[in-house]
Amino acid sequence: MPNVMIRIKDNGALLFYIAKKDQEDEIATVEKDTDNEWGGEVELTDGSKYYIDPITPKPSFPTTLRFKRA
Amino acid sequence: MSANLTHEETEALIQEVLEVYPEKAKKDRAKHLAVNDQEVEQSKKCITSNRKSLPGVMTIRGCAYAGSKGVVWGPIKDMIHISHGPVGCGQYSRAGRRNYYVGTTGINTFGTMNFTSDFQEKDIVFGGDKKLSKIMLEIEELFPLNKGITIQSECPIGLIGDDIEAVAKQTTKAIEKPVVPVRCEGFRGVSQSLGHHIANDAVRDWVLHNRDNDAFDGTPYDVTIIGDYNIGGDAWSSRTLLEEMGLRVIAQWSGDGTLAEMENTPKAKLNLLHCYRSMNYISRHMEEKYGIPWKEYNFFGPTKIAESLREIAAFFDDTIKENAEKVIEKYKAEYQAVIDKYKPRLEGKRVMLYVGGLRPRHIIGAYEDLGMEVVGTGYEFAHNDDYDRTIKEMGNATLIYDDVTGYEFEEFVKKVKPDLIGSGIKEKYIFQKMGIPFRQMHSWDYSGPYHGYDGFAIFAKDMDTTLNNPCWSKVKVPWLAEDEEDVSVAASA
Repeated sequence: MPNVMIRIKDNGALLFYIAKKDQEDEIATVEKDTDNEWGGEVELTDGSKYYIDPITPKPSFPTTLRFKRA
Repeated sequence: MSANLTHEETEALIQEVLEVYPEKAKKDRAKHLAVNDQEVEQSKKCITSNRKSLPGVMTIRGCAYAGSKGVVWGPIKDMIHISHGPVGCGQYSRAGRRNYYVGTTGINTFGTMNFTSDFQEKDIVFGGDKKLSKIMLEIEELFPLNKGITIQSECPIGLIGDDIEAVAKQTTKAIEKPVVPVRCEGFRGVSQSLGHHIANDAVRDWVLHNRDNDAFDGTPYDVTIIGDYNIGGDAWSSRTLLEEMGLRVIAQWSGDGTLAEMENTPKAKLNLLHCYRSMNYISRHMEEKYGIPWKEYNFFGPTKIAESLREIAAFFDDTIKENAEKVIEKYKAEYQAVIDKYKPRLEGKRVMLYVGGLRPRHIIGAYEDLGMEVVGTGYEFAHNDDYDRTIKEMGNATLIYDDVTGYEFEEFVKKVKPDLIGSGIKEKYIFQKMGIPFRQMHSWDYSGPYHGYDGFAIFAKDMDTTLNNPCWSKVKVPWLAEDEEDVSVAASA
């Protein structure tokens, strides 16, 4: 259950940063990404997958969220 | 000067150097050495970093106390930083980092002084809290112009379990100034890197929000310089460039910085981050809490400076963008003259670096501006995100070493035969005795500043005077020199 800081990168993509692992990866796909819901299964560009219960309304980034390994 | 190695040759070199280790150590060290390949997107695929150095190999790292007291907190000039614990940690690291500052030492600034609680046996047995609170009241009496106190824990504090937080809270009430306890005991973590993190967290918890409700006369052009420690005046030569662009620098972290600047940082519009490794934590925090974006920049060498100035200007309106171009134009004649003068003397020379923080990747551009090439680089205490950023800066097939051991570094140097090495004071004399020009790149070998256009001129001159110093042809040790003579005598006979 890593704590993940998500911020918007210069190119507009979301950056998935796990401080403990020094991991900085872009989010490739998010299962649910609408104006009033964000979350579900999240896939990173390196292929790893994480899960978070969908959040309503969509959080404003940057923010720190707690993910589960999917 | 030997030709550059190919990918396979570098790979073979690493294997050759690893050969002397026992099986287990070999397996462990192999993960920390890599051949650079720009194709690799993520450093974790080729290099392991931020791991504990194992006993038996000699590496060059500091401790959490060094990261907090020495790097992040130490340069805050108007606070008094107590090295809480035995006297040595503070005394042997006192004033060694050359964080320049303006002020009268001992009156309103305290940067080069050493304050310590000088632990004795009885303090270890009975606890040092009483002594600590007494010291702080004494400090308040002797140095009334201090703006606050930090307590930098040394190892014993964590071991005996003193409650420095309680003492800090108590003393804050008594002296009505911020007292910041920092839990940076040296045994924490694998290197000074955790000390940076702990110090950042202490700033976050005890300082940053102090003036949240105060009025601040801001402008849309307020920026801060974060992670510039003003070594030899670095922050000053960076600051002038930003101010010429029309930006207002409201805080310097932490070189020549003050407590008030730190407290006012959340009022900035943009945080400019130079040393990513030591200050990214607080920058990320401010982005999340206050919505202040942060930007990594690089003020080493004209190419990178121009790049950075433009990227910084992109955050602001057209006036600033125009000003950025004007600044670059203004200094063009100056830096071109430097390049014209020194490039012919330095062109084609090969450099190996082994330092900490940001330099192993940031300085590469400055060397390239002088026509030099960095053929090997490595960090003392980097994490993988640093290597992610390094891979793009380094040429293909160059060496990358993490937490390199004394033996490995020496062997690499013998094989790669660089013309110049940039590393720390502990490595300096080994390589100088080997007859290789050396610059101490932690605090610029008592020179500097190296940041900004002004700094580049000094950097170029320093590299030239070191590399082209006539002494290098005269340092061959007598027994090796004699050997050569014997050979020549034998040959002529």
